[in-house]
Amino acid sequence: MSQYQWDWLVIFENVTDTDEFYYQWLISGLGWTLLIALSAWVIALILGTIIGTARTLPNKFVAGIATAYVELFRNIPLIVQLFMWFFVLPEMVPTNIGNWMKQDMPHPGIITSIIGLGLFTAARVAEQIRTGILALPRGQKNAGLALGLTLAQTYRHVLLPMAFRVVIPPLTSEFMSIFKNSAVAYSITATELFFQMKQITGDYKPANQIEVVTIVGLIYILVAFSANRIMTFIERRVQVPGYISGGK
Amino acid sequence: MISIKNVSKWYGNFQVLTDCTTEVKKGDVVVVCGPSGSGKSTLIKCVNALEPFQKGDIVVDGTSIADPSTNLPKIRSRVGMVFQHFELFPHLTITRNLALAQEKVLGRSKDEAMTKGLALLERVGLKDHAHKFPGQLSGGQQQRVAIARALAMDPIVMLFDEPTSALDPEMVNEVLDVMVELAQEGMTMMCVTHEMGFARKVAHRVIFMDKGHIVEDCAKEEFFGDLNSRSERARHFLSKILQH
Ligand SMILES: Nc1ncnc2c1ncn2[C@@H]1O[C@H](COP(=O)(O)OP(=O)(O)OP(=O)(O)O)[C@@H](O)[C@H]1O
Ligand SMILES: [Mg+2]
Repeated sequence: MSQYQWDWLVIFENVTDTDEFYYQWLISGLGWTLLIALSAWVIALILGTIIGTARTLPNKFVAGIATAYVELFRNIPLIVQLFMWFFVLPEMVPTNIGNWMKQDMPHPGIITSIIGLGLFTAARVAEQIRTGILALPRGQKNAGLALGLTLAQTYRHVLLPMAFRVVIPPLTSEFMSIFKNSAVAYSITATELFFQMKQITGDYKPANQIEVVTIVGLIYILVAFSANRIMTFIERRVQVPGYISGGK
Repeated sequence: MISIKNVSKWYGNFQVLTDCTTEVKKGDVVVVCGPSGSGKSTLIKCVNALEPFQKGDIVVDGTSIADPSTNLPKIRSRVGMVFQHFELFPHLTITRNLALAQEKVLGRSKDEAMTKGLALLERVGLKDHAHKFPGQLSGGQQQRVAIARALAMDPIVMLFDEPTSALDPEMVNEVLDVMVELAQEGMTMMCVTHEMGFARKVAHRVIFMDKGHIVEDCAKEEFFGDLNSRSERARHFLSKILQH
């Protein structure tokens, strides 16, 4: 058996040749991870709802564009999408905009990650929302329209509130995924949690790398678990009295 | 009030409605019956433009449904509709179910809509349930709420699509009672139903449909009075549903 000396306190040591501590790097990384994931989630929810809704509209043209979006964004690996936004897009736009993106845009890695992860997750959210709308009894839309509500009002007040409730369980897993997927942002220089872990275990080797990796893993578990709890809380809060989900 | 003129409708190659023509005058109660799949629901949904049709026209209170410039939400807000499966909004309380369209479509204030809603709940005997959710009511109670919800819009005509056929037998009468009362107050009604007792009691006219055609369209007395002069198909249909 190995004689490995476990030392969990390694993260409280000084980063070699600096007055910073490893745990500070991890906390800063966690902060960026949360910021990237939560901001991307806002984009994903809003855009995903719009696109998922659009796919159920009677207008074939609008529905077709929405379908194209979903197919495009969920069939390209996330890491490839981030590379395209980060390295390819600046070369394809007019030079002055491209230069701004490369040189002057604040936190380019973070911002690109938020947008890239948001657009990617939006396609997945859209599919959930679409499924949720289609799972509702067909008569609900007619009931809204028959009262004189416009199609938009029917979606806003009748269909979407129920569709959201129906899809909270699958949305929960998307919400958990977005934190885990945010680790890919390290590949475009976003200094989030996984980036910091690579940094610590790679360039600034403390003696005990295994502890650092384990701790980071535990932090991800904690974050995903919290995300799950938050969604469960929301699910309970918006539960409809007397409604049997999946009924009819 | 409602004038249906030579309406034909297809689903792809399948013709659901063939050259349907009839009229519902103000204060009329018209019962529509016919075998399953004969196009009754489709016809009634054409009246408030929930289903488009390819030929003919329907004029509701002077407004053409087929005219592309017609404001459909506006005309629908004046035509009440009650569905087989109630279609209350499950996430809203009974009072919110009644108030939603009053506020969003008619622009009534919250108070106004609430007062109107409660008065109608009282009328259908459900005031005590105002703060419940639809899932907490029985089928018969939900259908009475659905009728109240339609009435809250002050409709000029009410459409019913088999309002009692999803109900347990013991709940059918509580809904029919509300409908009879409405009919007796002079509400214009077009009802798809196989409740011939209801038809006998309050209908002015009975329409019989088969395979997308309006086969019979006559006064109630004539329809029930002289079965021998009814068409073969209507007699066959009636013999089946009148046995019980
Ligand atoms: N969306 C649709 N697409 C294709 N065919 C349809 C559609 N809706 C209804 N139909 C067909 O149109 C015909 C008439 O349907 P409709 O619902 O109007 O009949 P109905 O007289 O109301 O029957 P029921 O007593 O069963 O309610 C049926 O043959 C049905 O299968
Ligand atoms: Mg029907």
